[in-house]
Amino acid sequence: MSAHPFAREPKRLIAQREAARHGVLDEAVVLTRAECEDIIQRALRASKADACRVSVNSSYDTNVRFADNQMSTSGITDDASVSITSFVGKRSATVLTNDLTARGLETAVAQSEALARLAPEDPESLPELGPQRYVEIPAWFDSTAQLSADDRARAALTALEVSRRANDLQVAGFIECNASARAIGNSAGLFAFHRGTRANYTLTVRTADGTGSSWSGADENDWSKIDFRAMATRTIERARASREPRAVEPGRYTVIFEPQASADFLGAIRGTLGARAADEGRSAMAKPGGGTKLGERILDSRISLVSDPADAQILNAPFDNDGLPLQRETWVENGILKQLSYDRFWAQKQGVRPTGGGGGFGGGGGGFKMLGGDSSIDAMIRGTERGVLVTRLWYLRAVDQRTLVYTGLTRDGTFLIENGRISRSIKNFRFNDSPLLMLNKVDAIGPTVRTDGGVFPAIKARDFAFTSLSDAV
Amino acid sequence: MTSRREFLASTGLAAGALALASRRLEAAESGSPILTATTEPDPQVRVLLMEALNAAKLAGASWADVRVQRQRRQNLGTREQQVTNVLDTDTIGCGVRVLVDGTWGFSATRALTTDGVARAARQAVALARANRVARDREVRLAASPAHPNATWKSSYTVDPWSIPVEEKVQLLLQANAAAQRVRNVRFVNSSLQFVKEERSYANSEGSVISQDVVRSWVTMSITAISDDRRQVATRGPEVVQPAGRGWEYVLEADIVNNATVWAEQAREKLTARSVEVGRWDLILHPSQLFLTIHESIGHPTELDRAMGYEANYAGTSFIAPPDTVLGKLKLGPEHLTIRGDRSQPGALATIGYDDDGVQPDEFDIIKNGIFWDYQTTREQAEWLRPWYEKNNMPVRSHGCAYAQSWSDVSFQRMPNVSIVPDQRVDRSWNDLIAATDKGIAMIGRASYSIDQQRYNAQFGAQICYEVRGGKIVGQLKDVAYVMRTPEFWNSIDLIGGKSSYELGGTFNDGKGQPGQANAVSHGCPPCRFKDINVINTGVTL
Repeated sequence: MSAHPFAREPKRLIAQREAARHGVLDEAVVLTRAECEDIIQRALRASKADACRVSVNSSYDTNVRFADNQMSTSGITDDASVSITSFVGKRSATVLTNDLTARGLETAVAQSEALARLAPEDPESLPELGPQRYVEIPAWFDSTAQLSADDRARAALTALEVSRRANDLQVAGFIECNASARAIGNSAGLFAFHRGTRANYTLTVRTADGTGSSWSGADENDWSKIDFRAMATRTIERARASREPRAVEPGRYTVIFEPQASADFLGAIRGTLGARAADEGRSAMAKPGGGTKLGERILDSRISLVSDPADAQILNAPFDNDGLPLQRETWVENGILKQLSYDRFWAQKQGVRPTGGGGGFGGGGGGFKMLGGDSSIDAMIRGTERGVLVTRLWYLRAVDQRTLVYTGLTRDGTFLIENGRISRSIKNFRFNDSPLLMLNKVDAIGPTVRTDGGVFPAIKARDFAFTSLSDAV
Repeated sequence: MTSRREFLASTGLAAGALALASRRLEAAESGSPILTATTEPDPQVRVLLMEALNAAKLAGASWADVRVQRQRRQNLGTREQQVTNVLDTDTIGCGVRVLVDGTWGFSATRALTTDGVARAARQAVALARANRVARDREVRLAASPAHPNATWKSSYTVDPWSIPVEEKVQLLLQANAAAQRVRNVRFVNSSLQFVKEERSYANSEGSVISQDVVRSWVTMSITAISDDRRQVATRGPEVVQPAGRGWEYVLEADIVNNATVWAEQAREKLTARSVEVGRWDLILHPSQLFLTIHESIGHPTELDRAMGYEANYAGTSFIAPPDTVLGKLKLGPEHLTIRGDRSQPGALATIGYDDDGVQPDEFDIIKNGIFWDYQTTREQAEWLRPWYEKNNMPVRSHGCAYAQSWSDVSFQRMPNVSIVPDQRVDRSWNDLIAATDKGIAMIGRASYSIDQQRYNAQFGAQICYEVRGGKIVGQLKDVAYVMRTPEFWNSIDLIGGKSSYELGGTFNDGKGQPGQANAVSHGCPPCRFKDINVINTGVTL
């Protein structure tokens, strides 16, 4: 057997090792399209099953963590894995390995076939998709892929230096950068490839007296879009303003959710858009007594919810785990439920077009976005007689899947609004409320912001149910 | 700083490593495991461990450790009479952690060649060096004895990978069928999850440790729907607690016979009465209470949280700063003791040696109702030196360092944190019910949420029984209790005895950035809490 090329280190790895020796860190080591294609073809050639699907994931992750005004852990990880699904009649099984040598691939192929032969038949098994056409998504940015450890340490210093000089602050933050490539190929001739970069920065500033806390976050494909200094300045100001919160009685309040709070809460709607659970009568999109809410007005007429891998604020892979192309989907348009999510099996059974997902929702590739409005947070505050400004939410858990009631808490900056201005910092609340109820009581909508939980605007809504107080800062 | 010669000598194993050329570590032709961890590390793995340590030292590390780890997972999923998922994952790689001038660096690679691991070591050093500019205080590690040639195996008897997938899936489908025979049961999902870790560890102080860890979990989620399709009730999915054991544990769970019981409970829940808001005495079963221990005692007594190291993600702690609470904060009556350990057989956090190379000890977190100690790693034990010296306790780590895989840096994770049963009276679940006039007996974890300092929590349960006059009178729904942690633990009045002690746990406790999952168990007997605030969570859309 000839030596497999991936058993040797590529030249670029050797060059990077030399760079590392001199304290200069390298650019991302991610498999190319040709390398992914080669791995997939090798695995497919080794396959003796009726059909075979091969997925390759390659990633280079770097991170810096700091806390208590001090560097904490930091790391670099390079990994690549191949996942092989073998189909024997209606039986199938998947084996994942990160040993990409010739022998590693052959072993994984053989093992997935052996497991598939043992598995019971799956009546929902469908033939593999043939070749598909995909939109090219420009998600790769060298500004992120070529960062050095020095770049990331300097970015951390933007907050650390200010807080150490100040004496009244304690900062903690995390910078995470990722470059990755993903490919899928199968024995029916399908091939899909996508690569992208991502930079995520989150910063928490607490006041040294333990009574104030603030947070901000940025999530971009392009590192150069993150303004580290501006985030430090704003978060520090907000932390000082949040000191010594007072208790305000729980109850129903007009709320202004900043975009992260919107994403934390409203992202839950995504999970309830699955057609199958709705058809089976066990989700919030099912009508009591039978049928689904498709075509009905379920939210305020200003609310539209979409997924779109090509959206400039999303930039995700344009295919799901089956290799099915993902396109723009409009789930809710002007408050009306227009579409539910169908994987290939359920779509075939119901005689509709699949939206992707491979059994789950959206395949992770389409993103989730609520369309924005033009109201600024300042304008929302000015128009509020009495209300609560919420920075973000924490520890959300479903209380009831049928009503989508969630519980959770406010965190890192909760403020009382009185007579059109922020009057004071208040203690955090626990809430029990449903995004489906909140989006029927909307007063104003702001421009959209990308967060780590989807693309959402700031929202002002009435009668949000805060149910108890928390002493946590 | 130690010289290179001392550094290598302390490992006692360097000679052969340096002489070896780069070569790929591959599975044997037979496909047998690369690592055989119940004996000392495979010679090829040992070569990689030493190569990484040597490279770290040559690049300027004052201290280093290295983990080569193979992690296998198997997930099998079903719904009703279909298989939905057969997935086997098998990954292996190497993570190197270094200290350079008191600053951490970590790098991990799947390239298991001598060149590959050496490159990771140099990268870790370069990273630490780059971050030195932003560090304020030097990292210091509490002393810990070296463990050369140490081995450990978790308490499983049947390796789950020795059982054919067919047999495993048939067991799930039989249990599903049993549940489906109960009237109104419309949907059943079940799954088996197995983890096998072969962990090899070495550090620059001479420890070389290999460990073999198995974890297993069987879940079932049974959904009943009323005849008019207006009521939906679910029991599960955590009907059986996960364990640090093997296939024998799955068989003992007897899911085929128990499925009928769980299905009947789901059906009965369709006609449950909506709870009356107010103060109730709560009798919490171990399958419910373990999660409350985890969230309200386990997390706030992590020392990194108390010191602000998790402020940007998981949060901080109300049990802080340490000097104001150690030996002072009252978190329960005198008969309440809560203990940390990594030694209970079958518990998920049980291990021989942690990812600092430390042999964990047992330690009281709450001693006779008073907060007494935090969970620590070697780095963190030094932070408590004044407290330990004042109380004539050794300045040592409790062995709580853990990384979820070779590709993740180790940091402080939760050990098993468990309530010590009442030593005076051996009360059972039924004894607690019989002793209660107006209460709710809660079984199984459901919705759970707690704030970032672990004060305000809200917990539900899968099954809530109304107790009147010492007897169960029916099921309640829409039940959640809301608590403030110190008052809640001070309200405990009855603690069950050792014969009713059970372990509950999870594979997926999240913490850290990047996020890592830790598997952890909590043992407790059923306990009763007086006058707890209960809310009604039901709404209509």
